[in-house]
Amino acid sequence: MKPFTVHSGLVAPMDRANVDTDLMIPKQFLKSIKRSGFGPNLFDELRYLDEGQPDADNSLRPLNPDFPLNMPRYQGASILLARENFGCGSSREHAAWAMEDFGFRVVIAPSFADIFSSNALKNGILPIVLSAARVDQLFGALLAEEGYALKIDLEACTIRLPDGEHWSFEVDAFRRECLLKGLDDIGITLERADAIRAFEQQHRERFPWLFEDIAL
Amino acid sequence: MAKTLYDKLWDAHLVEERTDGTALIYIDRHLLHEVTSPQAFEGLTLADRQLWRRSANLAVPDHNVSTFKSEREAGLDALPDAVSRLQLQTLDDNCEAFDVVEIPLNDVRQGIVHVMGPEQGAVLPGMTVVCGDSHTSTHGAAGALAHGIGTSEVEHVLATQCLIQRKMKNFRVEVTGRLAAGVTAKDIALAIIGEIGTAGGTGFALEFTGSAIRELTMEGRMTLCNMAIEAGARCGLVAVDDVTLDYFRGKPLAPKGAQWDVAESWWRTLQSDEDAVFDRSITLDGDAIESNVTWGTSPEMVTSVRGRVPTMAEMPDETARRGLSRALEYMGLEEGMAISDIKPDAIFIGSCTNSRIEDLRAAAQVLEGHKVAPSIRKALVVPGSGLVKAQAEAEGLDRIFIEAGMEWREPGCSMCLAMNADRLLPGERCASTSNRNFEGRQGSGGRTHLVSPAMAAAAAVAGHFVPVADAALEVGGAS
Repeated sequence: MKPFTVHSGLVAPMDRANVDTDLMIPKQFLKSIKRSGFGPNLFDELRYLDEGQPDADNSLRPLNPDFPLNMPRYQGASILLARENFGCGSSREHAAWAMEDFGFRVVIAPSFADIFSSNALKNGILPIVLSAARVDQLFGALLAEEGYALKIDLEACTIRLPDGEHWSFEVDAFRRECLLKGLDDIGITLERADAIRAFEQQHRERFPWLFEDIAL
Repeated sequence: MAKTLYDKLWDAHLVEERTDGTALIYIDRHLLHEVTSPQAFEGLTLADRQLWRRSANLAVPDHNVSTFKSEREAGLDALPDAVSRLQLQTLDDNCEAFDVVEIPLNDVRQGIVHVMGPEQGAVLPGMTVVCGDSHTSTHGAAGALAHGIGTSEVEHVLATQCLIQRKMKNFRVEVTGRLAAGVTAKDIALAIIGEIGTAGGTGFALEFTGSAIRELTMEGRMTLCNMAIEAGARCGLVAVDDVTLDYFRGKPLAPKGAQWDVAESWWRTLQSDEDAVFDRSITLDGDAIESNVTWGTSPEMVTSVRGRVPTMAEMPDETARRGLSRALEYMGLEEGMAISDIKPDAIFIGSCTNSRIEDLRAAAQVLEGHKVAPSIRKALVVPGSGLVKAQAEAEGLDRIFIEAGMEWREPGCSMCLAMNADRLLPGERCASTSNRNFEGRQGSGGRTHLVSPAMAAAAAVAGHFVPVADAALEVGGAS
């Protein structure tokens, strides 16, 4: 995972509540057995005017000019501003992979669905929860000003607004550490292999039926 | 200290807590399928990592399988879609390479992972269960701590048998009284989501309690817990009782003999203590729950079959008005219109929510002696597993569906998520027993109304949404 310390970037709006992971990456792209290459199909049904296919050349497809990510002013955006319950629905990590592949490093919203939030953090994307009022304020500023950018400092847990104001945010201490150092969860857990083995042994004594081979 | 059911399950699987508030939780059972596992196996291979405990894992193809009998019988090599073929082949290859037990495509026990799991006793009370699928919440019906995970977590569980978790909060959803005739677990689920919203359960483990829940069968409890994720909760739970034990006794992978007795004595403790403290509680009057139909593009956009689509004037604020306006436009509906004036073009009976034998019986009971209305362009019945299919055929349910004009398919996820060829066309409207009515979920531009199996059957017969009891009256004839 790419470490995340300080990130400055252009902000793009996704002005609707309950953006689900089906919307972020429709099912036909879930047939891929890879982790990469989902970026061109992020928000596929909103972004293009035709129906996307896994083997299509996306550069030839008609774009929806009304969708913010297609507008010139939001090209190169790496921070997505969104509404309540962002990432609800399916556990598909393909949604986080698509966000990362597209170039998003941060999503700001009043709330996130649990599984998406966890998937995002494991892919170097920082979900930041701000109050609905502050998100409203950012939407207002973003729509009013072309080239609206924010600076996110994960070390200090602050967002710097263009006018120099700083807002602080909270993030899970463990996840923050992983992001700052770009740490791999599995490596961290395997450092505790002895503790897992010890637990497993007493668990096996208590619940032996859980450890039988699956004989089907 | 008094504990909730969730607290007990958590404590029994806690490997260690860390100072930062996270914890390592031991995972007893890991279910795998073809869509969310290939990248996890690839990750293991790239890092040269082994499976921590091979026997914890059980795989089955379900999301992207064909439901046509001829295609199934022709085997994987004959599958016309090369991308899907590779995905299914990759599951087979990974299971072979890592020595994971897999129920293959044409095995009678194959089915939707959340139908197959309990059916085989691969999921049992008191277990921690994970799967790279958000509807893993289904297994909470067994009194198991079960939730969906992403692919990075699939890889993590394969390699460590643990998950890094932060303990969730406890949310009790009590449903009192007794359900009216024709009202089902699906209607309870939709009523709860309508009440607390699709983010109402975020960060919580939902425990369903109360007399209306106790009276549900295990299959009904599975339907309810299945949709906990649609309320934002990663897991739903129902306490263990005789219904639970009767269901699991004799299942292929359930403990036997003396070991069953040991297991039963632990399972019988799997209830919240009477004085356990919940972070949030709500109570719904079970007697007042009606047959529900979703009208919008989120499961919280739901009302009674006797109700109406909301109006702009009823919306509390601008965000809600915009949400309603967008949903109505997508769904092709007018504000304030009667639910009974909505006419589906398609019927889908299936999915991990409602494809078990009791679901098929409920639908067949409504359909028996009737034909699907001429305005319905497609009507699929997709049993949840090969065993459900065989049972339905033994009871003659397949004949009822076929004679009514419906297609009787092979088991799989099918039109719930439309990864395979079973999907809606743009603008097509479906009465569906599945779990998500998101834009494009059942096919690009498709319009989904979530209902119970009996309600889907009633809509099939009448050609519009209608209370189950009224469907036969409208069209006359038998039953």
